[in-house]
Amino acid sequence: MRFRAKIVDLACLNHFSRIINTIAKLAKTCILRLTVCKLYFILSDKVANGGASMWCELCQGNFFDEYQMEGVAAEHNEIYLELVPENLSRALKTAQNAKAVKMKLTNKHCPCLRVAVELPSLSSSSRIVTHDIPVGVIPRRMWNDFREPSVPDFDVSIYLPVLKTMKSVVERMKNLSNFIVIEANLSGEMNLKIETDLVSVTTHFKDLGNPPWASEDGCQSSAQGRDLESMAEVCIDIKKLQQLLAGQQVNPTKALCNIVCKRVVHFILLHEEVSLQYFIPAIA
Amino acid sequence: GHAVLGPASGQRERYALSLLRAVHFQDYATCFATASGLRVTVEDAKCIQANAFIQAEIFQEFSVQEESVMFRVSLSVLLDCLTIFGTSSLPGTSTALRMCYRGYGHPLMLFLEEGGVVTVCKIHTQEPDELLDFDFCSTKVVNKIILQSEGLREAFAELDMTSEVLQITMSPDKPYFRLSTFGNAGSAHVDYPRDSDLMEAFHCNQTQTNRYKISLLKPSTKALALSCKVSIRTDAQGFLSLQYMIRNEDGQICFVEYYCCPDENITEAEL
Repeated sequence: MRFRAKIVDLACLNHFSRIINTIAKLAKTCILRLTVCKLYFILSDKVANGGASMWCELCQGNFFDEYQMEGVAAEHNEIYLELVPENLSRALKTAQNAKAVKMKLTNKHCPCLRVAVELPSLSSSSRIVTHDIPVGVIPRRMWNDFREPSVPDFDVSIYLPVLKTMKSVVERMKNLSNFIVIEANLSGEMNLKIETDLVSVTTHFKDLGNPPWASEDGCQSSAQGRDLESMAEVCIDIKKLQQLLAGQQVNPTKALCNIVCKRVVHFILLHEEVSLQYFIPAIA
Repeated sequence: GHAVLGPASGQRERYALSLLRAVHFQDYATCFATASGLRVTVEDAKCIQANAFIQAEIFQEFSVQEESVMFRVSLSVLLDCLTIFGTSSLPGTSTALRMCYRGYGHPLMLFLEEGGVVTVCKIHTQEPDELLDFDFCSTKVVNKIILQSEGLREAFAELDMTSEVLQITMSPDKPYFRLSTFGNAGSAHVDYPRDSDLMEAFHCNQTQTNRYKISLLKPSTKALALSCKVSIRTDAQGFLSLQYMIRNEDGQICFVEYYCCPDENITEAEL
């Protein structure tokens, strides 16, 4: 099992750091799955962490100048590591204007992901900061626990409003309530609602548009034949939504959510070659 | 009763917000609306009262159907609702606000709109508290000084805020106007001569020395930071009134006022 990779381009490095920061905000620990073409950050839904799950996918070619990996066996050419994304985020913090960042899987005393940051210096010798981030290697029999979640059979799919606006609304609402109701219909309308003993607040968004799912992959969903005006609603933990929005430092090129009435809300954020899916279960 | 305020927008809204923040040291505020404007009152420990006066002119439209309406709301909830679209609006957009209160038992309704997004807030109102009456009419005022706020800001920066009390001396004779603290690092005194440039008015009839708990006065520094002038008055019992005059970008003037009880634990000998 081998993995080594290198980023030289500063823009790629910053983009990669931003993604790691976002992930660090969403998950305390996560799975890093490495394949020949792609990196995946996976959080699977355990009740202990509130039942939210995440699937973030990026093409290595868009970030790394060098990338070599060898899985356990030729027919299973993949690596699954468990790590604390915050550690990786911290390691990359020193790399803001680095000349190069190398990542390597090592096994000195315990399995580690070594992040070596080469910093610019005035003299000819360069400074290198190395972080060894402990990782757990996930055995192959457990890989099945981390499969890509399927798009749920949603009632309503809708594009999200400008995330900056949504973020500030959700942030204020978080001060007022622990829960938030998201409701949307197939006429491009979405409402965010909170209600407590002291106050009730509703923010109405309109003209958001509904993504054309059925025509894309031919899948039939509950959205078919649904009354355009009727709202599908889901009540979720407001902190989970706030974390997702707070982590978005760049406006994604496409952002949408799929609501399964009273069950789950599924967010999809696409930013160039990175896709982030996030599932927040309903609170009964 | 029925009150429609607004729509206030942009800078004016931020101005009104800063006035509300200046009195936000306790969660609950009593709002009192008359044709001339809105007064927001916050009290703590029956020792201090802060009033923010938002004049009717600040709003583009302001009407009160009855002679006056009064209700109590959570100020932190109100502030969160007013800033639902964030404190700095996106360039080129401004938040329009409309507030309505239909009368006793009804919620305070806020309608905010920014870039086509509408937020409706329904803030439940409560029975207003009995407010303290400091009865600070001009005939009872013993000493009065009007100072440019800059002078008081400097003093507050100089004085030792670890002190439990702020002692204020006002006198027709020397030292005229003296602020003192007694903190961990010793005593500090700041004196203002009566002919100081900062002194806009000086009407002291009697030498008075009173102490006020710094913890009670601290909230007023928020208003001090915004203000251009401050009027400092005391009555015969040593009750203190601080009136901060706050001017917005349009030159409109609002007031934030604090009343504070003197600290009782003081003997003549200590003076």
